[in-house]
Amino acid sequence: MKQALVQKLLALFCLGWLLLSFPLLKLWDHPVSLFGLPLLPAGLFAVWALLIVVLAWLMEREVG
Amino acid sequence: MISTTLVVVTGLAYLLLLFAIAWYGDRRAAQGRSIIASPWVYALSIAVYATAWTYFGSVGRASVDGIWFLPIYLGPTLVMIVGWIVIRKMIRITRTHRITSIADFIASRYGKSSLIAGLVTVIVVIGIVPYIALQLKAISASYLMLTAPADPAAPLAAARWWQDSALYVALALAGFIILFGTRHLDVTERHEGMVAAIAFESLIKLLAFLAVGLFVVYGLFNGLGDLFGQAMANAELAGLLRFEAGAHSDYLFSQWFGLVLLAGLAFLFLPRQFQVMVIENVDERHLKRAVWVFPLYLLLINLFVLPIALAGLMFFANDGADPDLFVLSLPLISRHEALALFVWIGGLSAATGMVIVEAIAVSTMICNHLVVPVLLRTQRFSDRTAGDLTRLLLNIRRIGIIFLLLLSYLYFFLAGEAYALVSIGLISFAAVAQFAPAALAGMYWKGGTAPGVLAGLGAGFGLWVYTLMLPSIAKSGWISGAFVEYGPFGQAWLMPEQLFGLSGLDPLTHSLFWSLLANISAYVLVSLWSRPSAREASQAMLFVDVHQRAGGAQPVFWQGRARIEDLQRLASRFLGAARTAALFDHVNGQTAPGARAGEADARLVQQVETQLAGAIGSASARVMVASVVNEEDLELHDVMRILDEASQLRMYSRALEEKSHSLQQATEELRAANEQLKSLDRLKDDFMSSVTHELRTPLTSIRAVAEMMHDDPDMPDERRQEFLDIVVRESERLSRLVGQVLDLARIEAGHAEWHNSDIDMAAIVDQAVASMAEQYADKNARIEVSGERNPGLIRADADRLIQVLLNLLSNALRHLPDQGGKVRVDVGDSSDGVTVSVIDNGPGISEPEQAEVFDKFRQVGDRQRRQGGTGLGLPISRQIIEHFGGRMWVESVPGKGAEFSFFLPRQSAPEITRAAVDTREEEPRP
Amino acid sequence: MKSRILIADDEPNIVISLEYLMRREGHEVSVARDGDEALEMIQREPPDLVLLDAMMPGKSGFEVCQAVRDDQRLAKVKIVMLTAKGRETDMAKGKALGVDAYIVKPFSTRDLAEKVRSMLADPA
Repeated sequence: MKQALVQKLLALFCLGWLLLSFPLLKLWDHPVSLFGLPLLPAGLFAVWALLIVVLAWLMEREVG
Repeated sequence: MISTTLVVVTGLAYLLLLFAIAWYGDRRAAQGRSIIASPWVYALSIAVYATAWTYFGSVGRASVDGIWFLPIYLGPTLVMIVGWIVIRKMIRITRTHRITSIADFIASRYGKSSLIAGLVTVIVVIGIVPYIALQLKAISASYLMLTAPADPAAPLAAARWWQDSALYVALALAGFIILFGTRHLDVTERHEGMVAAIAFESLIKLLAFLAVGLFVVYGLFNGLGDLFGQAMANAELAGLLRFEAGAHSDYLFSQWFGLVLLAGLAFLFLPRQFQVMVIENVDERHLKRAVWVFPLYLLLINLFVLPIALAGLMFFANDGADPDLFVLSLPLISRHEALALFVWIGGLSAATGMVIVEAIAVSTMICNHLVVPVLLRTQRFSDRTAGDLTRLLLNIRRIGIIFLLLLSYLYFFLAGEAYALVSIGLISFAAVAQFAPAALAGMYWKGGTAPGVLAGLGAGFGLWVYTLMLPSIAKSGWISGAFVEYGPFGQAWLMPEQLFGLSGLDPLTHSLFWSLLANISAYVLVSLWSRPSAREASQAMLFVDVHQRAGGAQPVFWQGRARIEDLQRLASRFLGAARTAALFDHVNGQTAPGARAGEADARLVQQVETQLAGAIGSASARVMVASVVNEEDLELHDVMRILDEASQLRMYSRALEEKSHSLQQATEELRAANEQLKSLDRLKDDFMSSVTHELRTPLTSIRAVAEMMHDDPDMPDERRQEFLDIVVRESERLSRLVGQVLDLARIEAGHAEWHNSDIDMAAIVDQAVASMAEQYADKNARIEVSGERNPGLIRADADRLIQVLLNLLSNALRHLPDQGGKVRVDVGDSSDGVTVSVIDNGPGISEPEQAEVFDKFRQVGDRQRRQGGTGLGLPISRQIIEHFGGRMWVESVPGKGAEFSFFLPRQSAPEITRAAVDTREEEPRP
Repeated sequence: MKSRILIADDEPNIVISLEYLMRREGHEVSVARDGDEALEMIQREPPDLVLLDAMMPGKSGFEVCQAVRDDQRLAKVKIVMLTAKGRETDMAKGKALGVDAYIVKPFSTRDLAEKVRSMLADPA
């Protein structure tokens, strides 16, 4: 149980690192707007929020 | 503008409020009812990470570099993802060893080295002073902006130092922090009141920033779409929304990576972060929620950074307004002064929060790792008879706080104007990032040694000074910039910002690359080259394996002899009388096994050392303890031996635990078995006693009448005949009784023989009735049979069933009235089995007696009528019926006779089933 | 002088033999079939001596004995307890309740007659 959590956290860390650095970051880098929001900042904040949600889900699910 | 008085009074009132919160927090902590024991408060206190640098500087940076303000917050977010793994381990280690600071953490890991603790402290002081200066600059600049008489875009006049608000801010803060963090004589590493105040400040600064963000987006513009739409229409501003904002470089992604890494490492090892996150943590489980709440906090406080920056740029076009202060100038220019004041309070929160925690953490480090080690060599400290030193320690810390803030003011005064807020902060970040290799590797790799740390820290810090610190001072104009431009002595390959010709990177990434490379290489190589001392090896194991050693199984790496008295005196000097008394409370009067009276065992010595470490740091605590005890040097093989013993002890104690558990279980079982045996024994005892009584009663009659006949030869014949009858009857009763007792014993013990065959119950009843006919006739009683004449066959022992029926019939006969006695035997047949009832018209049996009628020797009813009964007939009958899987019961209405019945199932026990299959054929009725 | 003796037992054959024995000794004999009857007879017309079976329906011999000893007017009644349970605890219980003699069944008629004779001769 505990060991499984550690592994999931490490996986999420790697995922976060990939999403927030080159070259995946480049995917957002276009002069386009989405619902009136510039794509790059919006994408960055969205990825950031996603990581927090998954982390919260992992941690709060764990009891004790 | 807002009046100076209003701003100053508001600011002071806010500080007073903070003080009240801290005072309340401390009071509650002293009562044992902590107000910070919540994951939310813990997460908010970690948000001290967001300083004035975030509050003002992020907007400044965003207005120049676009999204490049973000890596500073993405780094900590990524670290928090693995926070449950890394930070929890730091907390566990810190709790176990009562570590007081990041310097203590590293020094303790590498053999409690005073040298390492001192070096880390020096790096922290040099590295952190610009950072504190940054906060002073922010408070001062924001104050000036708020109270400036005219156009907020006007350049701020440089003041003379005595007119400089920053000096007074620094002094006021110093006084405040002294009241805040060093009020107690009790010198511990924890400050609950401070944490409560910091959490409150985090809340205020977030609310204030969100308020100004909402104001800008929805007050000055018509929402985000409008704001971004206008910004993207402008080519220059649209560029800020792209990755390559501002700068063009081949190394942009390396720089991005470098910033994320730098922020992540700094987040872990900044003294104030270590203080609130690790040392002030009250419960490890709070981390579980804080790891996601804190990144969420960062996300929220950064949400409006870009909009505010763009709005500021559009509002103030090119009129030279300071982008760092957009959060203030935007509300001010639109005459929202109340909002501006609130935003200023938010900024004040961000700045003071950082300064308070940083100053307390760093002053503790200065005291424990720089001043105390020097004092330890003086007479007053080493003198064993010296008094309580807690007040001295507090004063050293107070002086440390004043020293630190004055130093920061000096930096601000000399160099502050040259840099934007963010650049100053990053210089500090790069300094504390140097602790990462020693601290992180120290938690997971046992091979690191003290020489390795000294080499790594030395190299990394040296390169940091050369490639980042000195150029920053040169840019401030205090030293010549020639060595930056052309290299020292004209040696271009030594140029600080393009070392060895490495060009293209920005100065920060460049410095970070070279310093961390040198740091890690030196640390690893020297560690591999050098042999750890015994103490280093033991500390390495305690750190790396901290999760494996919970509680009392901690090995104690100490050997020698110590007197409890000496330890007690030492402790009281640093901990005060009350805490010392509490510490020694449980050892007084008891002596460790194998030790002489008054001698402390190794565990006590270690406990004292750990408590002292909480007050003066592990290295100094080590020296102090060593000065009062008689200790033997620890060799590497001693460490191995102690570790061995500890793990053996742990194994033994686990085995013992298991043993004692199973022993307890066995004891339970034995007790239950014993209870059962006892109750069986009691039953047997009662049975024997009853049997004895029942045997003695007929014997008594026989013996009495026989003796009398013997003694009285003149006895009349009819009397003699009567006595002989008694002898005969009682002898019969005796032999019947003996037979039944033996029979019952055999059935109960399972030794009885059973000769099963297929039985026609009606035939059995006829047989029994026939053999009782004469006795019934003698008493003028009628007996008849009714019911099913052709019941299904039953597998049972015919003789036994006849015995049951005879018992029931003779029992009924005994209780029949003298005239008109009548017994009817009824046979009933169903698919389940056969029921037989013996119904008499005797006096019946009362309800309570019905319950006892099947108990052994329990004869009920008229004594006269029981003549000849043994009290065993019914119990034996019931046993027989139950042997065949049936049951026997009695129904009676007193005065109207009794009905004894038994039911035999057609198939019950397996043996019966098997036998029934063999002989399933109609048996001719006799 | 004839002594009056009460026999209290629920076993008919034992009563028959005791009755015969006591009459032969020259005593005046009355019989009770259970504890309640025995106590009632003792209270109505106190005998000189009671042969009291320990285990009877209704009141047990011990209960009868206790009731007699609680009554000052019955102080002169001598009690001989007869029991088929020769256990030490029963004897001790009898002694504590003020039984004058304790006879275990089956008893010797000669010994019993002798005992009764000596007890009746003793004025105390």
